[in-house]
Amino acid sequence: MNDSALVRLSGVGKGFVKGRDAISIFEHLDLAIPEGDFVAVMGPSGSGKSTLLNLLGGIDRPDTGAIEIAGTRIDGLSEGRLSRWRAATIGFVFQFYNLMPMLTAAQNVELPLLLTRLGGRERRAHVAAALEVVGLADRAKHYPREMSGGQQQRVAIARAIVSDPKLLLCDEPTGDLDRGSADEILAMLKSLNADLGKTVVMVTHDPAAARYAKRTLHLDKGHFEEKELAA
Amino acid sequence: MNDGVLIAKNLFRKKLRAILMIVSILIAFAIFGVLAAFERAFNAGQEVSEDDRLVVVNKINFTQPLPISYFNRIAAVPGVRQVTYANWFGGYYQDPKNFTIVMAVEPATYLDITASDFAYDGAMRERFERTRTGALVGRQLAAKWGWKVGDRIPISSSIFQQKDGSHSWEVEIVGVFDKNKPQVDTNFMLIRWDYFDETRSFGKDTIGWLILKTDSPAINDRVSETIDKMFENSFYETATDTEKAFNKAFMAQLGNVALIVTLVVGAAFVTILMIVGNTMVMAVRERTREIAVLKTLGFSGARVLRLVLGETLLLALIGGGIGIAIAAAITASMRDSLSTFVPNLEVGPGIVLSAVGLMVALGLATGLVPAWNAFRLKIADGMGRG
Ligand SMILES: Nc1ncnc2c1ncn2[C@@H]1O[C@H](COP(=O)(O)OP(=O)(O)OP(=O)(O)O)[C@@H](O)[C@H]1O
Ligand SMILES: [Mg+2]
Repeated sequence: MNDSALVRLSGVGKGFVKGRDAISIFEHLDLAIPEGDFVAVMGPSGSGKSTLLNLLGGIDRPDTGAIEIAGTRIDGLSEGRLSRWRAATIGFVFQFYNLMPMLTAAQNVELPLLLTRLGGRERRAHVAAALEVVGLADRAKHYPREMSGGQQQRVAIARAIVSDPKLLLCDEPTGDLDRGSADEILAMLKSLNADLGKTVVMVTHDPAAARYAKRTLHLDKGHFEEKELAA
Repeated sequence: MNDGVLIAKNLFRKKLRAILMIVSILIAFAIFGVLAAFERAFNAGQEVSEDDRLVVVNKINFTQPLPISYFNRIAAVPGVRQVTYANWFGGYYQDPKNFTIVMAVEPATYLDITASDFAYDGAMRERFERTRTGALVGRQLAAKWGWKVGDRIPISSSIFQQKDGSHSWEVEIVGVFDKNKPQVDTNFMLIRWDYFDETRSFGKDTIGWLILKTDSPAINDRVSETIDKMFENSFYETATDTEKAFNKAFMAQLGNVALIVTLVVGAAFVTILMIVGNTMVMAVRERTREIAVLKTLGFSGARVLRLVLGETLLLALIGGGIGIAIAAAITASMRDSLSTFVPNLEVGPGIVLSAVGLMVALGLATGLVPAWNAFRLKIADGMGRG
């Protein structure tokens, strides 16, 4: 493993208690993702893909082991620090877009900037730039209900990148889209990786989607199995 | 955009629900505003009463008369600096429904003792003392009927009648006076007791009550005791008390307004608290996923808590603000027609201030549970499985 890894998991264990049963998802997971990588994570349902993303994003905590991202050990951070760290370091894209229905596209994209010290004018400039990147500059004033699924997902991507995070975590970002929209989104993620240098970790069920990534990790029974893919 | 915009957008995302909540809050605050205005107006008399003014009434109750001879006897009590007397006239103008406060008084001493409340100038004093049928009219009352100095008007009594059987006395307006304090009102008139007493068919040589000033409030108790002792076991026993206590006793006849206000307003607010509180809990629960998303974006628990509290506060301030404005409009429209019974009916700064306090309390109370739920929400739980 190389030392310049942006993401490093060492000996991570995670389980859940469901009623009387304790189920273990991972027992001793090691993973290193270098900066600038684009990783697809595949695996059967229930194998722990979303749980892995939650751990990487500081949404959930490991039971054992250490998680270090961009030089910060996040497994021991307090809730407040974790919030601030997440706002600065991570961009999330979900399967169901998760936009605020009462806010316009531009306002949705602006949300993460409310946590920064940027003034109104700078915020508007950042929002415009992010919408430009996802090709929705002309939809700034539209509400989510006025947009297609693919367009909503692009707004969600703009929201994920607007505060310029290093790491994008995407949980089945094309799971709810038709082939055409899915390809647009995937191409966009690929260009964010290639052109803007974002490190991307994407969970997907779709082998076609995984081909956009530089490599694919298969998660099954608590272990990774790696396949390099020629793009 | 800022948190304020976010809060407002959240509140009004379901317009009908927001409007219904605002209307229910508004009604509670309108009720509060109107009742509080009545309560303050009723109590205003007590607040302005002077500490060193004592009132002597018949011990049976204050509607029973006292003999005029008490005036000189009380004036001679040590510690009494000034004393005067008055008689309730039971007045109306032209029609019994035009109820008018008229008091028959001894001119010189009455004006002296009430000089701190009302601005009687030297000329009107002099004319009142000289004119047996003279009357001094408060500015408000004069304005109500368009009376001016020099007018001769008939003033009728629903209690007394003249020896010739008439219920009406003709008086000449010799002065119109203003007030010295904002809390008192000038919706009444003074006529002369000697003119009234000589012409009435019954009750001759009696008075309604005496007002006296002592040398200092410190000796009030002693003076009161001396006076009441002096007339003990006589046919007309007296009860002497401060003007404040007297006004309070008078108000007690109108029922315990303050208690009614508290009960009605309390009931209204408990209802609102439950309705709005419950609605907000549900409204925020519907947004569980969105709150989880906000937290994912890096919003802290405290920030989310503030957003929810901000929303319930905004709701309470909008509803309460409109409600108080409506209360102000209602009291303003009733002010003139009720000024005889409840002078100075208004939603004043004191009421507005307590209303704002209530709004903040209501906003915080209704937001407490949903804000706490939002604060505690774990992202993974909020996003649901899958
Ligand atoms: N908060 C939780 N409480 C209890 N069990 C949980 C919780 N989160 C996840 N699990 C369990 O952990 C296992 C892994 O869940 P996870 O969502 O990570 O799977 P996944 O690989 O993302 O599956 P899918 O492909 O269906 O999205 C599942 O058995 C799930 O039921
Ligand atoms: Mg999943």
